[in-house]
Amino acid sequence: MSDEHIDEVSGISTTGHEWDGIRELNNPLPRWWVITFYITIVWAIGYTIAYPAWPMLTSATKGVLGYSSRNDVKKELAAAELAKAKYAAAIQSKTASEIAGDDALREFAVAAGSAAYKVNCVQCHASGAQGSKGFPNLNDDDWLWGGTAEQIQQTITHGIRFASVPDTRLSEMPAFGEIITGDQVAQVSTYVASLSGPVQDATLVEPGAKVFAENCVACHGDTAKGNKELGAPDLTDAIWLYGSNETAIAAQIRAPKHGVMPAWLERLGETKVKELAVYIHSLGGGE
Amino acid sequence: MLDNTQIERLEAEAVNSATVRQPLYAPRKKIFPKRASGSFRRFKWLVMAITLGIYYLTPWLRWDRGPFAPDQAVLIDLANRRFYFFFIEIWPQEFFYVAGLLVMAGIGLFLITSTVGRAWCGYTCPQTVWVDLFLVVERAIEGDRNARMKLDAGPWTARKLVLRVSKHAIWLAIAAATGGAWIFYFADAPTLIGEVFTGTAAPVAYITIGVLTATTYTFGGLMREQVCTYMCPWPRIQAAMLDENSLTVTYNDWRGEPRSRHAKKVQAAGQPVGDCVDCNACVAVCPMGIDIRDGQQLECITCALCIDACDSVMDKLGKERGLISYATLSDYNANMAVATAGGSCSANPSLVRTDGGAFSEKLAHFHIRKIFRPRTFIYMGAWSAVGIALLYSLLTRDRLEVNVLHDRNPQFVTLSDGSIRNGYTVKLLNMIPEPRTIVVTMQGLRGAEMSVVGIDLPADRSFAVAVEPDRLKMLKVFVRQPADRVGGATQTFKFRVEDKASFETDEYTATFNAPEIAR
Repeated sequence: MSDEHIDEVSGISTTGHEWDGIRELNNPLPRWWVITFYITIVWAIGYTIAYPAWPMLTSATKGVLGYSSRNDVKKELAAAELAKAKYAAAIQSKTASEIAGDDALREFAVAAGSAAYKVNCVQCHASGAQGSKGFPNLNDDDWLWGGTAEQIQQTITHGIRFASVPDTRLSEMPAFGEIITGDQVAQVSTYVASLSGPVQDATLVEPGAKVFAENCVACHGDTAKGNKELGAPDLTDAIWLYGSNETAIAAQIRAPKHGVMPAWLERLGETKVKELAVYIHSLGGGE
Repeated sequence: MLDNTQIERLEAEAVNSATVRQPLYAPRKKIFPKRASGSFRRFKWLVMAITLGIYYLTPWLRWDRGPFAPDQAVLIDLANRRFYFFFIEIWPQEFFYVAGLLVMAGIGLFLITSTVGRAWCGYTCPQTVWVDLFLVVERAIEGDRNARMKLDAGPWTARKLVLRVSKHAIWLAIAAATGGAWIFYFADAPTLIGEVFTGTAAPVAYITIGVLTATTYTFGGLMREQVCTYMCPWPRIQAAMLDENSLTVTYNDWRGEPRSRHAKKVQAAGQPVGDCVDCNACVAVCPMGIDIRDGQQLECITCALCIDACDSVMDKLGKERGLISYATLSDYNANMAVATAGGSCSANPSLVRTDGGAFSEKLAHFHIRKIFRPRTFIYMGAWSAVGIALLYSLLTRDRLEVNVLHDRNPQFVTLSDGSIRNGYTVKLLNMIPEPRTIVVTMQGLRGAEMSVVGIDLPADRSFAVAVEPDRLKMLKVFVRQPADRVGGATQTFKFRVEDKASFETDEYTATFNAPEIAR
């Protein structure tokens, strides 16, 4: 920059840069701009001292204010926990049916249970709790293991046929394909189907009733109404987990499928399980 | 090749060259409006008292609505999403009333402008009212026009400092009171004022006061006429609203011109002389800093103070008032034609006066009939139509409503006895500030019954539900229809709600879904 060049037209010195004879005027920046620029520098220095900023080998400088966005989240979560502490304490101390009977508590538990349901239960029972073949519909009023809030809570807590939990709900229907003959299977499946609807071959109903009385009443009862202690389904109603026609029933008699539901206590804790139970109970089929 | 002397030289001048270019920024030239007195000034004082009174006092009016609603006559309760206006309570879904009022305000502005010009600008616009108020303070402290101009031009002395500081302090106090009054529309005023002064009010209250203080002080004290001239769109739009029959503040040059400061001398010389003595009284009082004698202009807010100023001068001279007056363009043009003998000469006052000195009978005068013309009828019609529609809607609106949301997932549930169940979220809106018992009844859907979550009663076709005052009650309702009564995949029925005390009812037609083949 030894040869300072002054632009003849404007009388302003140039930066010394030249492109094809065109020179750049060295106009000063506006004062307000420069002042703002210096203020931002001062601000930036103060900011990097006050707040976490400079990257170090393993982490970054902490800043003298001790600010951390993670702490902010913690504070907000703690505030949220505090806000619902009143309900959480009540839910902990009351039984599921007491919660279901209290308007405010039920509203809270249903909201919390609904959220937990969406994370943990939809995979099998579907988003509307309507289930699918082999996975029970939780909206209806037919319950294999009982539909009071407490019975539902018990089922969620310990699961069904979940071997690693000692208190799990356990039952197993024998594979009757190995116990009775093929004809008998056809007869008894027609009989069972006849309990809740029309059948194709009515002549099989009477012998089927006999087979049923000899083999099935122990669990399903004399009137085929089932037994909730054993998880034995009611065979006279309109709700069928594996299908309602003779073929589907016969298949289930020959080699029964047994659904497994995990135990959720360990994973979700008692309060969350209780909230889930209240939510399921509120879907309309609770007893 | 051409010699360079043969190249044609163009007669071109750079109109925007650096040497003649005007800067884009023009600093404001200060205006020192003189105090006017007269009938329009009195009217403006009255309008100012009424509008400021309405603004400052409205939040303090009380209106008893019983124990379940606030007793503030006008309250915009944002937290609870309610708007109270005396006997009217508006829920958010009824916000169209406010939209309707805005439409009416818009059409009303068109109507007023097409009849009496920019009366809104000149008398009632908050900008005008507050500038007027600020000018009152300015005059009280610094004196009238001449004193203020002298003070402004003079050097900074202790006296000038004291006057300026006290003026701006009072302006700021007025501005703070303006911002302060605004927040009382949004909360219980007596409670809030205590909170504001003890520092316990919500931050938004202080922010609102701060913002409105700043805008009031800046617009009313510092920017004044620039807001009207540069910021407000209305002066630009008004041209479309005005026509030749709209009253506007007009300088009647058909009787004023040629103006002269030495009328007698000129008259003696045999020259025509108009009524304008070029005293500039109209210019001195103008808050916009314009000369009305230049004709209609965008800057004129038609505050009519120049009429007052001119009338008092005419009174002193013993001439008729109305050299500056409210006149329509058609009257003005007619009179101009008289004064100029149909445009054949420049305005000659002798043509508009008889030999005795009275005004000629050929002059046109404003007649009230001119207000009633197709344009104003259309505006009035539209304005009334919206108003009547709003009023009708307000008088016949429901204070009891039912909204129903059908469960979609699952749409229906088959129960163990084969019956079909559908779930609904039923919302009961009790829109009066009194508790009510609402009876919810099903109509249609053979054999179906409903049960309500939280109500421990056997299924029925009708339930009585207590709803809190001014609240929405949400019910989860399950409707169950026996298998043998199901009449197709989609059936409709009604939820009917009724207040047995007031006989108010509302209905909602809901859908009931069933599987294609019910078992």
